[in-house]
Amino acid sequence: SKTSNKLVGGIETIFFGKKEIDEDLLEELEELFVTSDVGVNTTLKIIDEVRDEVSRKVLKNPEELKNSIKDKIFNILSLDNSLKQVDEKPYVILVVGVNGVGKTTTIAKLAKMFKDEGLKTVLAAGDTFRAAAIDQLQIWADRVGVPVIKQKEGSDPAAVIYDAVVSAKAKGYDVLIADTAGRLHTKFNLMNELKKIVRVIKKEMPEAPHEILLVLDATSGQNAVSQAKIFSEAVGVTGIVLTKLDGTAKGGVIVGIVDELKIPVKFIGFGEKMDDLKPFDAKTFVDALFETEW
Amino acid sequence: MFATLNEKLNAVFRKIKGQARLTEDNIRDAVKQVRLALLEADVNYKVVKKFVSAVQEKALGEEVLKSLTPDQIFIKIVHDEIVEILGGDESEAKIKLNPIPPTKIMLVGLQGSGKTTTAGKLARFFQKNKKDVLLVADDIYRPAAIDQLEVLGKQLKVDVFADREKNDAVTIANDAVKYAKSAAKDVVIIDTAGRLHIDENLMNELINIKNSIQPDEILFVADAMTGQDAVNVAKTFNEMLGITGVILTKLDGDARGGAALSIREVTGKPIKFVGTGEKLDAFEQFYPDRMASRILGMGDIVTLVEMA
Ligand SMILES: Nc1nc2c(ncn2[C@@H]2O[C@H](COP(=O)(O)OP(=O)(O)OP(=O)(O)O)[C@@H](O)[C@H]2O)c(=O)[nH]1
Ligand SMILES: Nc1nc2c(ncn2[C@@H]2O[C@H](COP(=O)(O)OP(=O)(O)OP(=O)(O)O)[C@@H](O)[C@H]2O)c(=O)[nH]1
Ligand SMILES: [Mg+2]
Ligand SMILES: [Mg+2]
Repeated sequence: SKTSNKLVGGIETIFFGKKEIDEDLLEELEELFVTSDVGVNTTLKIIDEVRDEVSRKVLKNPEELKNSIKDKIFNILSLDNSLKQVDEKPYVILVVGVNGVGKTTTIAKLAKMFKDEGLKTVLAAGDTFRAAAIDQLQIWADRVGVPVIKQKEGSDPAAVIYDAVVSAKAKGYDVLIADTAGRLHTKFNLMNELKKIVRVIKKEMPEAPHEILLVLDATSGQNAVSQAKIFSEAVGVTGIVLTKLDGTAKGGVIVGIVDELKIPVKFIGFGEKMDDLKPFDAKTFVDALFETEW
Repeated sequence: MFATLNEKLNAVFRKIKGQARLTEDNIRDAVKQVRLALLEADVNYKVVKKFVSAVQEKALGEEVLKSLTPDQIFIKIVHDEIVEILGGDESEAKIKLNPIPPTKIMLVGLQGSGKTTTAGKLARFFQKNKKDVLLVADDIYRPAAIDQLEVLGKQLKVDVFADREKNDAVTIANDAVKYAKSAAKDVVIIDTAGRLHIDENLMNELINIKNSIQPDEILFVADAMTGQDAVNVAKTFNEMLGITGVILTKLDGDARGGAALSIREVTGKPIKFVGTGEKLDAFEQFYPDRMASRILGMGDIVTLVEMA
């Protein structure tokens, strides 16, 4: 059952009945942070900050401490997360990330969102590597009711995406979303391939891709920090999509990522269906991060 | 990340070095740093706690005070303790073939962990051992899941059992096993849909498949990048299905893979193989000592100690 899986209580449990701020309370907070994948560095940074505020009597009781912590994390996460506004068409979104995090599914969800907004949307099958990746995208596209620009398995992904940009432009599409193969950030050649994809897009549209969304799996631990850093360095990520928040993992790892890299979380994914996507809301996320029930 | 951790640990060990004996004080300090190191490697908080107290106990014990220098001893205890948790009995890491074929293997796990790819890798592994393998496409949910397995089967020239008309995973698994018997297959590998451990309907589907075909192995496929939640997921899969082993995927990246320690600790089940790439030959036996060094992030120091 849900509760028996609980390792520690949520933030409310920790504070329940506490009259004073003591070392135990701070330690329990540390535990709560770490078990939510916030990471040791960010956790210690926040705990040290509040410890200092306690000693300077800025925070006088547990209630003030709790609010201060929530505020701190809220402030870290509250970056402008609207999509970039542009005048040209198509609006090009490139979706990147390591293997199996949910890129292709997220693209289906985004396509559904744009289509519902009345925008003429097309997808580019830029994963020409993984077995049946193109079929997977095609099935999603059929379900959503948008076309896919594709070539056969094994063709050059940069060429596929370049053609897609040219064609979407010619046909007057509003939005083009390009899928890419999952790649570990540590693979030099695959990261170069990604840079090449961005370069060829720019050949046709210098301002594009207008968004480069990095998909991160909420279940991941500290490796996501490395993913975010290296993908950003390679291609300049403009936003994060945090997926699989319907599981029991809290996705706390993004707190450190956003704090350090200042990349906003733009969307969250919380299921396998095409409606299971919404814009990220920092307040809701912070509440969920420290809620009692898992 | 790797570098900073190494620096931290090295700093700890430099501090201990040069002192004649491990005192309770300097151990406490070092243990604290090791604790942080393990947490940074995504070892579960509770597992770390338990681990740390075990190490502390050993470090303060008599045997410690006898040989080598204090820092070397401490490193060795930390490392050995991890190897012990990860390793255990080597023979249990092998996949035992059923004397009455086919040997039935079921792959289970969260979405995107690498089950379908691993099914292909396992098929290739048995194929190399001259076994006749049947791959079973039992994921009826994910778009193009059947196509994905069929592409892999074609690459390997391995038979793939699929039934696009039926939308019941239990029936498909059953039919596949029947077919495997009639075709005298040695090994049947069943690819199942990814699912959350808290999804009751889908977990029940797995239980029904299990009860119906009585697999020889139920392997839990886990992503090496998994964070703290690995314990909850592995624990639930194990409690509901009684997994027989674990396959850890995506170890070709820079993930420290602390989840391995958590999963092993919480399920007690052996890690049988690791995935080290997207290609079907990127599949290896699991080596506890390599994994321990990786989690600690200090391979070279450990090797030095081994040689001493
Ligand atoms: N529970 C849950 N599952 C998800 C979510 N997003 C994607 N998935 C599942 O995760 C698995 C992998 O999703 P994909 O969209 O294929 O991931 P990908 O990043 O494109 O994978 P590769 O192309 O192989 O690198 C599939 O089983 C999806 O159904 C989510 O928000 N929640
Ligand atoms: N780098 C690397 N990628 C891997 C490894 N194993 C699997 N993958 C990749 O991870 C992604 C997901 O793999 P799948 O085999 O589709 O995962 P799955 O568990 O079957 O996914 P679902 O059926 O959606 O739950 C794909 O892009 C695979 O190529 C590995 O060991 N290393
Ligand atoms: Mg994909
Ligand atoms: Mg699969």
